[in-house]
Amino acid sequence: MIDFGFKLSPSSRIDLDKVDRTLLKRIADMEPDFKKCMACGSCSATCSAGAYKATSMRRAILALQNGLTNKALEELESCMLCGKCTLVCPRGINTRHLILSIQKICGEK
Amino acid sequence: MKKNVLIIGGGPAGMEAAHQINKLGHNVILIEKEHDLGGHLAKWDRLFPTGRNAREVLDTLKENMKGINCFTDTEVKSINILKESYNVILSNGITILADAVLISSGFDLFDAHKKEEYGYGIYDHVITNADLEKYYKTHNDERIKNPKRIGFVHCVGSRDEKVGNIACSKVCCATAVKQACEIKEEFKDAEVICFYMDLRMFGRGYEDLYLKAQKEYGIRFIRGRVSEVSENIDKSLQIKAEDTLSSKPMKVSLDLLVLMAGMRPSKSGNDIGKMLELSTMEDGFFNTKDDFNNLQQSKRPGVFYAGVATGPKTLPETLNEARSAALEIHNYLAETL
Ligand SMILES: Cc1cc2nc3c(=O)[nH]c(=O)nc-3n(C[C@H](O)[C@H](O)[C@H](O)COP(=O)(O)OP(=O)(O)OC[C@H]3O[C@@H](n4cnc5c(N)ncnc54)[C@H](O)[C@@H]3O)c2cc1C
Ligand code: SF4
Ligand code: SF4
Ligand code: SF4
Repeated sequence: MIDFGFKLSPSSRIDLDKVDRTLLKRIADMEPDFKKCMACGSCSATCSAGAYKATSMRRAILALQNGLTNKALEELESCMLCGKCTLVCPRGINTRHLILSIQKICGEK
Repeated sequence: MKKNVLIIGGGPAGMEAAHQINKLGHNVILIEKEHDLGGHLAKWDRLFPTGRNAREVLDTLKENMKGINCFTDTEVKSINILKESYNVILSNGITILADAVLISSGFDLFDAHKKEEYGYGIYDHVITNADLEKYYKTHNDERIKNPKRIGFVHCVGSRDEKVGNIACSKVCCATAVKQACEIKEEFKDAEVICFYMDLRMFGRGYEDLYLKAQKEYGIRFIRGRVSEVSENIDKSLQIKAEDTLSSKPMKVSLDLLVLMAGMRPSKSGNDIGKMLELSTMEDGFFNTKDDFNNLQQSKRPGVFYAGVATGPKTLPETLNEARSAALEIHNYLAETL
């Protein structure tokens, strides 16, 4: 086939019908508090790594809810486990522990 | 001689005011255009934030009304404004010389048909908050058939210039969160999503309800307004919204969509307003004499307000207004002796 140089760009739309909830369920069973996140952004604002590399607990949680496991891992890649986000979370989520669980559950392939 | 107080509207505001004004020793006449007393409260099943049975609250209001003159299925035909009183002719032929008039005409629920893009009355599985309360009371609605995924749309007919209402209806965020928990309780395997723009959980116990919805019921809250709804061949619904927190368009199919219709000024209340030449604010609800010091008085001497007639309110707020209106009327009558 002749290559005209066109290609289809993948849709960036989130399709909730296609989200596989098994990982989400495992994380929720292990870290039930994570459902309490109200997307306030305190964690990301205070993150020691976030000022230098895209790192955000809030965005990681959102990515998980939208079924984007790799994106969640990416958001936590540069995390240094300093625990500052846990200190500021108004919903009392142990975010540091949550990060470890996410990396454990989503990291295993 | 006892003074006559005419109360127009037999919802929670009118009923509570009737009870209090009667206790203060005046002669109360309450009229209600519908067949039954109770206003919107009579349509609700359980109340936010605690899940209190609406029936019980209504029964107490009814109990307190015992012995008070009350005409249902009755409207005002005309009002003659006299020097210090109002000559009111009712649709049942009775004429009342009222020394004071209390308007407790409440609200009309926004007609969800007007938001055509949501498909109310067009698609099979789109209902309103009021429909869902009715379902909880009767467990009878063709449109609710073991749904697996359920969506709630906040701000339907509120905060929307296109439908002519920029105001927030105040009670529908709490109603959505309450109803989301209730439906999850009924359909345990269902996934439940609330589409909100801002969550206005302002009252005592409301934030607790929100937390419970997240933690115990696993309700998903997506910040973004549903922009359009379409129906699939199998009668399920396709929803489009933006997940504004991740700045990405989103689509999802649902088996049931619940629209949080807001509060609009009561049409028949506004008819009374015209007869008495009362002013309204831009939102269409009545204008009070002062927005801090005189919330129960109108600008016309002897005419008072209580409840949602002057803008969206919760039930406890409505009942408190009824009590303060009773006191204001009592003081007014004492002064005009
Ligand atoms: C979907 C929904 C759910 C809600 N759930 C809750 C809840 O869980 N907890 C809570 O605290 N609050 C809740 N509310 C708010 C609550 O319904 C109101 O606060 C309350 O109904 C206001 O009472 P009201 O008497 O001012 O008005 P209404 O309840 O509207 O009563 C007004 C009455 O006046 C009558 N009337 C009007 N005009 C005339 C006329 N010209 N002549 C004769 N009669 C007339 C009407 O027929 C009606 O009976 C909810 C509201 C909505 C929309
Ligand atoms: S623990 Fe990780 S995510 Fe949390 S503040 Fe520290 S670096 Fe940021
Ligand atoms: S601080 Fe807590 S509640 Fe706020 S976004 Fe982060 S995890 Fe969520
Ligand atoms: S209370 Fe909530 S749902 Fe109702 S109009 Fe206000 S913001 Fe919208």
